[in-house]
Amino acid sequence: MYRYDEFDHAFVAARVSQFRDQVERRLSGEISEDAFKPLRLMNGVYLQLHAYMLRVAVPYGTLNSRQMRKLAHIARTYDRGYGHFTTRQNIQYNWPALSDVPAILEELAEVEMHSIQTSGNCIRNVTADHFAGAAADEVADPRPYAEILRQWSSVHPEFSYLPRKFKIAVIASGHDRAAIQTHDIGLQLKQDDQGRFGFAVWIGGGQGRTPLLAKKIKDFLPESDLLSYVTAIVRVYNLHGRRDNKYKARIKILVHETGVEELTREIDAEWAHIRDGELKLPEADIAAINAYFTPPELVDRAEGWGELAAWKKSDPGFADWVGRNVAPHRHPDYAMVTISLKPIGGIPGDASADQMDAVARLAEEYGHDEIRVTHEQNLVLPHVALADLEPLYRALLADGLATANAGLITDIIACPGLDYCALANARSIPVAQEISSRFGDPARQAEIGDLKIKISGCINACGHHHVGHIGILGVEKKGTELYQISLGGSGDENASIGQITGRGFGPDEITDAIETVVETYLASRSSADETFIECYRRIGAEPFKAALYNSEAEAA
Amino acid sequence: MKTTQTKTKVLTANRLTDGISVWLGANGEWTTSLKDAFLARHEDAVAAITAAGDQALADNRVVDVNVIEIEETSSGPRPFRLRERIRADGPTIDYAPASAAQASHAA
Repeated sequence: MYRYDEFDHAFVAARVSQFRDQVERRLSGEISEDAFKPLRLMNGVYLQLHAYMLRVAVPYGTLNSRQMRKLAHIARTYDRGYGHFTTRQNIQYNWPALSDVPAILEELAEVEMHSIQTSGNCIRNVTADHFAGAAADEVADPRPYAEILRQWSSVHPEFSYLPRKFKIAVIASGHDRAAIQTHDIGLQLKQDDQGRFGFAVWIGGGQGRTPLLAKKIKDFLPESDLLSYVTAIVRVYNLHGRRDNKYKARIKILVHETGVEELTREIDAEWAHIRDGELKLPEADIAAINAYFTPPELVDRAEGWGELAAWKKSDPGFADWVGRNVAPHRHPDYAMVTISLKPIGGIPGDASADQMDAVARLAEEYGHDEIRVTHEQNLVLPHVALADLEPLYRALLADGLATANAGLITDIIACPGLDYCALANARSIPVAQEISSRFGDPARQAEIGDLKIKISGCINACGHHHVGHIGILGVEKKGTELYQISLGGSGDENASIGQITGRGFGPDEITDAIETVVETYLASRSSADETFIECYRRIGAEPFKAALYNSEAEAA
Repeated sequence: MKTTQTKTKVLTANRLTDGISVWLGANGEWTTSLKDAFLARHEDAVAAITAAGDQALADNRVVDVNVIEIEETSSGPRPFRLRERIRADGPTIDYAPASAAQASHAA
């Protein structure tokens, strides 16, 4: 993984020192809240319902054990013993005191982490495929390019005051595990028939109150042009993006209102001025960043194949876990392991300090010291030998981290909702917990199969409800919570925006309504192999609407 | 002085140093318990707590100052809005992960 050089260390240290001074001046009353608020937001500090919240960047979701231990230490020392992993592959602490934040940032800097650009109208943490560098289906590791973008975008003088926040995601596989079509810029690393690397480029995706999928504007951008082309996109957006209405300020609105062809012309015209200038990426620079991401040396461990078969036979729980949470690695003797942060009835994405320490220990012992945070709020050990899966599973089990539900109905994305968030209109977490408990039986989950439920507590859509196979949006109506259901959304390579079914459901009705949707799917699927989203795309919304609303129409 | 009856209100904010939710008490101090909040039942009282909030903001003791409506119940003041009830009572979930105890035990 990337390691700070002297410049990076000095830069982050200076930033910590600057913020320490700003906090001290705020606490002494020297500067007002109005003056301080933009400064704290630039350092990831929000004010939520009950306390401040600190969002720490996990660049493209990659951590090592030392960093994870530091996150655990911060949770234990400065917070209430836990943290919340987010859909931007970051971590949030819900209870830090403002007066402690400079000390927290200093501790983070010790392990080459910070909270810069985790808030504000700037380019946010660049996300990537959580299986990057390990997946069997990728053309190359996309993270070096995410790192190049991170370095380029960090305190970029031209792009620190954009019309609105700006999100970039990078993948290197035809299977999109980073939801690139819901990003301001989505990049897919590809290789042409001569072996050269380049990117397919999408722009204008986003969720929020106007969900729009990104449009592809380049099929193959040579890798050396990455920064010049992204600069051209962001520059055109910075010039023409709306600043009069924050709900219409994202690039998706500019794309929608201008038209993708006209906007692409403007981007290309800007690009023509700069593509052969200082932003051209020399091969040596790309190679230098790539060197930081040299994969671990994976020695052959062929003995794992036989052992794995025997373990699966003797322990159905282990077999279930392997079936759901273990994915093929590019090295046949290894696997990528998803550590579910979705215990049945638990809080999606939360991990205790002890659990973080446990993951750090296990990553060292079995995972070549690498950990990933997924945008689906789970963790991943990307390089585990098949021969080590059984002892890893036993250890995870002891720490409450072996829930075998990756990709199943209880693997729910949920935003913090009204339990924490100052913007929320309704709670998300209790809804997720109740659905998880209702469908928690392993046999029932297995029968239902792949199904992504995503829950947001307000229209800002931090819980990605628009791209949930089943999306749930909490709203406030006449002082009470109401939950709208949308169906048919997807955040993968076949991305789609879910359609609202009809009137919403109260907190005591929503789980029953989800069960109605699920039962309708089970009764309608052509076979057990037809997934929920395939079935929905075949039969459409009507059978689901009929099941949800017809009984009340008859009653009326 | 006779003043107009109004819906009962209290003054709430977050403490500057740690962001913890607080309410203005009858003694003029900020309290972390809504039960101890001063209940403003008349317009003059509401004006007084509003002024106190402005002053506290100016004095950099609190941030995000708001006057909110509550109903007076036998168990104490209860905000009308769910948002404010959650601010008063804390998250409605058992937010320390259940497995934390397990994990400590395992360690």
